[in-house]
Amino acid sequence: MLEVALAHRFGTTGFAIDAAFTAPTPGVTAVFGPSGCGKSTLLSAVAGLLQPRSGRVALDGTVLLDTAASQMVPPEKRRCGVVFQDSRLFPHLSVETNLRYGLRRAPRGAEGPGMEEVIALLGIAPLLPRRPAALSGGERQRVALGRALLSRPRILLMDEPLASLDAPRRAEVLPFLARVRERFRLPILYVTHALDEVDRLADHLVLMEAGRVLAAGPLEDLSARTDLPLLAARRDAGAVLACTLLDHDPARGLSRLGFAGGDLRVPLREEPVGTPLRMRVRARDVSVATAEPGGLSVQNILPATLESIEPAAAHEAMLRLRIGGAVLLSRVTADAVARLALQPGQPLWALVKSAAFAPAAPEAGTRGAEGFPQSTP
Amino acid sequence: MFLTPEEWQAVRLSLSVALRSVAFGLPPAVLAAWLLARGRFPGRALLDALVHLPLVLPPVVVGWLLLVTFGLRGPVGTLLNDWFGIRLVFTTAGASLATAVMSFPLIVRAVRLSLDAVDPGLEEAARSLGAGALDRFVTVTLPLIAPGILSGAITAFAAGLGEFGAVITFASNIPGETQTLPLAIYSATQTPGGEATAAKLAAISFTLAVTGLLLAEFAGRRLSVLLGRASR
Repeated sequence: MLEVALAHRFGTTGFAIDAAFTAPTPGVTAVFGPSGCGKSTLLSAVAGLLQPRSGRVALDGTVLLDTAASQMVPPEKRRCGVVFQDSRLFPHLSVETNLRYGLRRAPRGAEGPGMEEVIALLGIAPLLPRRPAALSGGERQRVALGRALLSRPRILLMDEPLASLDAPRRAEVLPFLARVRERFRLPILYVTHALDEVDRLADHLVLMEAGRVLAAGPLEDLSARTDLPLLAARRDAGAVLACTLLDHDPARGLSRLGFAGGDLRVPLREEPVGTPLRMRVRARDVSVATAEPGGLSVQNILPATLESIEPAAAHEAMLRLRIGGAVLLSRVTADAVARLALQPGQPLWALVKSAAFAPAAPEAGTRGAEGFPQSTP
Repeated sequence: MFLTPEEWQAVRLSLSVALRSVAFGLPPAVLAAWLLARGRFPGRALLDALVHLPLVLPPVVVGWLLLVTFGLRGPVGTLLNDWFGIRLVFTTAGASLATAVMSFPLIVRAVRLSLDAVDPGLEEAARSLGAGALDRFVTVTLPLIAPGILSGAITAFAAGLGEFGAVITFASNIPGETQTLPLAIYSATQTPGGEATAAKLAAISFTLAVTGLLLAEFAGRRLSVLLGRASR
């Protein structure tokens, strides 16, 4: 378990951060929030590069910082592999020497992946003799990731590793992050303000705003909450469902996914049957009906119970729908709520278009309702 | 060349004094530059002023201060003489010390400029990868400031060849001991019929200075390319 509790203030009247959370290990914990919410400061404090005025950081029982006990493990002894937004590769060293920098300084007996494995996993073999100045942004981040991995860290800290890249470069690097997540049983703290990175990588989510933690918990739970404006007010808000690929129907061009509340039909996917997938069902793609509808193109018609109605944007409402063991969110107009006289507790039918789910190609786009392959936890 | 043995001696002595001044001045200059660029301690402004003093003080005053401090009756001079039997005044070592003090700010400025250009984030990255303070300095900071160190050292060497005021005040004008090029030129101009000697030595002085400057420029640029900091 990763335990973090920090209080810090820059200067006497500057930005203040007062945040605490715990996260399960191993697993990916995403710290998500708008720019300037203090999420990078939090990561620096975990790495030890910033000393907070007070706080405690412990990883799997090892105390890294405890100001109450005047304990502070210096960053060079913390074994936190940091991937910075601006890569920070050493410009005077070749890619290979950069990769070996942390490996050479790792404590003897520390376990971790070897040079060949990391180079193969990140596809950086052709880059080895080059200097960082001769690399593209995406290549630099892959090398930086490899350098951090090879320092045999106890935890990987990533500070918006994709934020300085353009969309094509992001799409190039993201699968490598997913591979690292699957291959190594390393705790990862991942700071980002991009929701698609959260969907793809995170198991656990810490929501931050203005230096404080708004909520922390499993991604599926937080995504289904309507009381978190940071998530619910977004146009791409929606519940994230943990699904398993049940079967393929190539003739109809559909695949069937099982989740805690039933089945979902989505455009044909490429992964083998049994693959765990995580699907974000955008609230704006979910409609409701008071009676079971017929004659519709919509593939997914699920019996649901209306749990709550929250006001959303102007003239809109967010419905929370219970479907068996799962929850879906639905964004409807305030007029629809009035017209159908919707009441909490009322039985409804939830309608989700299959076409609302992006096609299966993993790199097809970075926005919207996408399912990403996932390793079994 | 058509130089007399005495003139050759002045040239050799100049080179030796300048070389020694750089060799001994470089490590403390790099340390001072690092303290000024990265350190946060009380008295930093004072150190900054002290380092730059030789740039603004008349060289004769610097020589006089050295004489007062390192002279046979000065506080440091007495100690050096009593404990180690080292005498600095009127010696080649003394001339080197005076030259080192005068060129000290030149090296500090060059090194500090290149230190300011090094992203502290790189040192943080090295730290997160397990590198201790000395390790970080040697493997990351030092290679990245090498162009600054080299060009600072060459500039200091070229300037050291011509140091006059501080040397003549502190170490006097003794042929074969402390009479460097500029002192020899000065002596020649004071001697009837010494114009030819003065002109020859001045030409050598000029050549050495220009070569030094060009070398500093070239070396700094080559090294930057080698270190991957500039493209070409």
